[in-house]
Formats: sequence, C-alpha cells, structure tokens
Amino acid sequence: MHTTLTPPESSKYMRLNLGPSHPATHGTLRVFVELEGEIIRDMKLEIGYLHRCFEKMAETHTWNQVIPFTDRLNYVSAMMNNVGYVMAVEKLLGVEPTKRCQRVRVILCELSRIIDHLVCIGANAVDLGALTCFWYFFRERENVYDLFEALCGARLTTSATRVGGMYKEVPEGWFDWVRRVVNNIPRTLDDVDALLTNNRIWIDRTKGVGVISKENALEYGFTGPCLRATGIPYDIRKAMPYYDYDKFAFNVITQSEGDTYARYLVRMGEMRESLKIIHQALDDMPEGSVNIDDWAVVLPPKDQVYNSIEGLMAHFKLIMHGIRPPSGEVYACSEAANGELGFFISSDNQGRPYRVRVRPPCFAIYQAFPEMCIGQTVSDAVATLGSLNIVAGELDR
Amino acid sequence: MQETDIKLLANILPNLPENIQSEILSVEEFRGETTLSIRKESIRRVVEFLKNDPSFRFDVMMDLFAMDYMKHVTPQTERFAVVYYLVSLLQTRRLRLKVFLSEEDPSVDSIHDLYKAANWFEREAFDLYGIKFNGHPNLTRILCHSDFEGHPLRKDYPSDKYQRLKNAMPSEGL
Repeated sequence: MHTTLTPPESSKYMRLNLGPSHPATHGTLRVFVELEGEIIRDMKLEIGYLHRCFEKMAETHTWNQVIPFTDRLNYVSAMMNNVGYVMAVEKLLGVEPTKRCQRVRVILCELSRIIDHLVCIGANAVDLGALTCFWYFFRERENVYDLFEALCGARLTTSATRVGGMYKEVPEGWFDWVRRVVNNIPRTLDDVDALLTNNRIWIDRTKGVGVISKENALEYGFTGPCLRATGIPYDIRKAMPYYDYDKFAFNVITQSEGDTYARYLVRMGEMRESLKIIHQALDDMPEGSVNIDDWAVVLPPKDQVYNSIEGLMAHFKLIMHGIRPPSGEVYACSEAANGELGFFISSDNQGRPYRVRVRPPCFAIYQAFPEMCIGQTVSDAVATLGSLNIVAGELDR
Repeated sequence: MQETDIKLLANILPNLPENIQSEILSVEEFRGETTLSIRKESIRRVVEFLKNDPSFRFDVMMDLFAMDYMKHVTPQTERFAVVYYLVSLLQTRRLRLKVFLSEEDPSVDSIHDLYKAANWFEREAFDLYGIKFNGHPNLTRILCHSDFEGHPLRKDYPSDKYQRLKNAMPSEGL
C-alpha cells in the first residue's frame, strides 16, 4: 500500500484519487489517475485494504477449519472456493470423493458460476446507467441463494464442503427445486440479452473499451472469461478435467476482441453452458452417500458416535487432532468464475496445514488494469473495471 | 542430480538441453506434479529458456510465491524458497520450479521482464516473506501497510501479534 505517483514533469496533468471506497469499484480498491482533460495518462493501483491474513490464519487452524475462511475469498461465489480448497486437500490425502458428491459439487460450482456472472454483468451495467438488468439478474440470484440456504443454512458464506465430502446430505426434493430454479434462468438471460446485446448505448460504451491483446493477456497470467474474451479457448474444465467434466457436453465460449463487450458476451454464453452442465449432472445423479467411507477423514455418523466406541474415538480424534495428511506439497486448480483458482498446500504430516497458498485469478488480472485504461477516459475505466470482475476479498486475501 | 532424478526428468521433460539440465539440483514427483529444484544463480536463465524455447513454450506464469521452511518437520536445505508455477497452455503441461534461499541472504533475480505477471507476485513475496528480488523496478509492500514492520508470513512472526499504525493515512501522492 501507500503508493505514490511519480512527480509530474509539468503541471498539465490533473491528479485524481478514486476509492478505496467508491461506488464504481465494488470493493476496496484504490486507483490514482493522472488526467489530461478526461483522458487517463497514468494510473497507479493500491490494493491491500481487505487483507485479512488468510494464509497466516490457515496455518493456525485444522484442515477443515480453513473452509470458512475460503468463503471470504471470492464471496460472490463462495461455493467454488470451498470446492477448490477441499479438492487440494483431497489430492494431498489421495482420496477421491464419491460420484454423488462430485455431481453435487459440479451443480454447486455451476450455480455459483452463474450467480457470479450475474453479479458481474448486472453491476457492470449499473455502472453504465442500466439498472433494469441488475434487478432481473438479482431475482434469479436470490432463487439460487435459496437453494444454497436449503442445502447448508447459509446464503453467502456457505462452507458447504468438507474434506472427503459435503457438510450434509442433500435435503429431500432439492434436486427438483434446482431444476425449477434452473428452468427459470434462460428467460431472464433472454430478457437481458434483448436489453443489452444489441443496445446502441451499451455497444458504444463497451466495444473497443479496455482492450487487451492475446499476447498481453498471457503475459499477465489472465485466466477465465477475461482470457477467453481474447480468443484463447483455455478452460481448466476442458484442459485438465476434474469431477467428470470431460463427460459433460458443453462448449468453451470465446470471443476475439478482448474488450469489455467481448467479456460480456463470454459471460452471457458461459451461463447458458453452465445450465447445460447442471441439467446433465441432475440427469446422471447416482444414489449413495456424499461422504467417503473413511473415518480418518470424515466424521462418523452420529448414531455410531453415540453407540459405538470406534465411532466415538474417530469423532474425538478428528475434532481434537484433525485430519493428518501425509507430508508433501500439492497444487490443485479449478475453473472458478474469474479464472484459475489454485490452492497450493504444503503439509508436514500435522493436524494443521504447514502452508496454504491461494492463487487468486483477480490478482493477475487486476495488474493489467492500468495498461488497459491508459489513453481512455475515466468513465471507460469504470466500464473496464466492472467487466474484469475484481473481487477485493480474493485480491487481497 | 542423482541417477533416479535424471531418469525421472527424461520422462517428464524429454530433450532438455545439457546446459539447462546442469542447473537442476533435484527432481521431485508427487501426486502427478513435478517440482524441479533450480540453482539460485540460474533461475532467470532456466525460466527464460522454458518460456521461449519452441518445444517447451511455458507461456503463462500462473503463480509465484515464497515458502518458509523454518519449522518444517523434515529439515530442508535452506530456510526460504521461492516457488514458480509455469503453465504451457498448448501442451497443457505444468511445472513447478523451486529456488532455495538462505536465511542470511534471501534474494533472487527478478523475472518481472520475462513475465509481466511476476511484478505483483514478487512484490507480494517481498511483503509477506522479505524475499529480495534483484532488479525489480518497484519492490515495495503490496498487501500490508508501508509502516508495517516485519514480514507476517514468516514462521517466526507470531500469528497473534498486534501492530499499531503510526501513520494511517499517507498524504503524499495525492
């Protein structure tokens, strides 16, 4: 923090401070700009306002206690962080979740991707003066949050996964409910499509704004929709499939312009692809348990804890000492709403992680923000920032 | 490198030239992931080769971070390490490079000009671990406040330590 702009050689530039608490930043981001008229000539970023020492805290908690912290990374799609983290721990343990658990996680991830994109596009449109789409989208978002609430009791900070499974078995009738919610979403997408995609004002405000080239995007380590908007069809769900993503039929949406409009189109397309995945996962839902059958990893069922000494001991050991993964270092990545969400985990065979490192997709993307904005107006910078979907919780950790 | 490491390397990264192979100290394979331990002096050269050579083309630097092995159960060669995570999108290949740094001199050459992404990641490693990246254009704190003392993710920094901010609001620059 505490960034200073280099002293200007002449005083022809006006210096302006945006944030850290500004309606257009949707989070605690601070931006300094040097303006010539309305044109941005230089830009410096200051981050760290939401730094909550996630990585340090993770080292002092047991493996399962880290999960609630991961909710607070990208709080718009907390489920994906939950899944990404437990995926890394499971890789370290060398266990594979049950098929049912994998399908449920896929459904949760895709629902999260949809609500994340809804918020991103909705907020981006609000920044440019279109409030209607925001309300249309938030109706659907509320419906999805109702689903999450029924599943785990929380809407925003879900903590729904556990190492080796889920917090709970899926409630009865939940899958039908998912189908009802999901069946409603295309209508809203069509409405917003009709409102924005061919809208003269929207196109004028977003086309050619905040452009980044293919080469530059790779240099900066872009992933996710922002990379695919430059024409690179890279999606971890296709490139390194996890949870049977290779068995689902869906397309990787790409655009070639790399501007704000392209990112909007990619996100709109991705939501429809996510719906396809959810339907396929629902159709192919195996029966059985969501938890693996290993009491060294998941808590035994309550009747076993109360009525058998083995169950009681396993419960006690897990609560007091936690899971004890073998020594080693693993990196597990999943395709989160913003791009590659990676968890690097180092273990030295203790009940607590030796080191947890998050690779937040925003961190790499936000770094390129000045380069995308210099030479454009402040209002274009606002449009660009909205389309990058920078979530401060993930950026600062 | 040991005999087994050379064999492992030939499997994972075939056709690695001799002058790059000689910079690799050890090869580790765990859960399908490869970690190469690189000589500290030559990390820039190795990264540059892996990025630009047409048969490797590690075009994305996905992650860069530091580690502190001070309290690790199994003793490591040095206290600190910087970890580079390179990805080749075309070949969907991933590689982890590791450079061990001593407690007395935790410094390594910066790769900010090889990958633009490295700039902030190196600043973060400096901020949280105090690793110095030689040649970095703006090696300042990024997540913690500029008045912060010490490097919070080091293992000898207590997790419950409290610091009072002396100068909460910087006035320069605005």
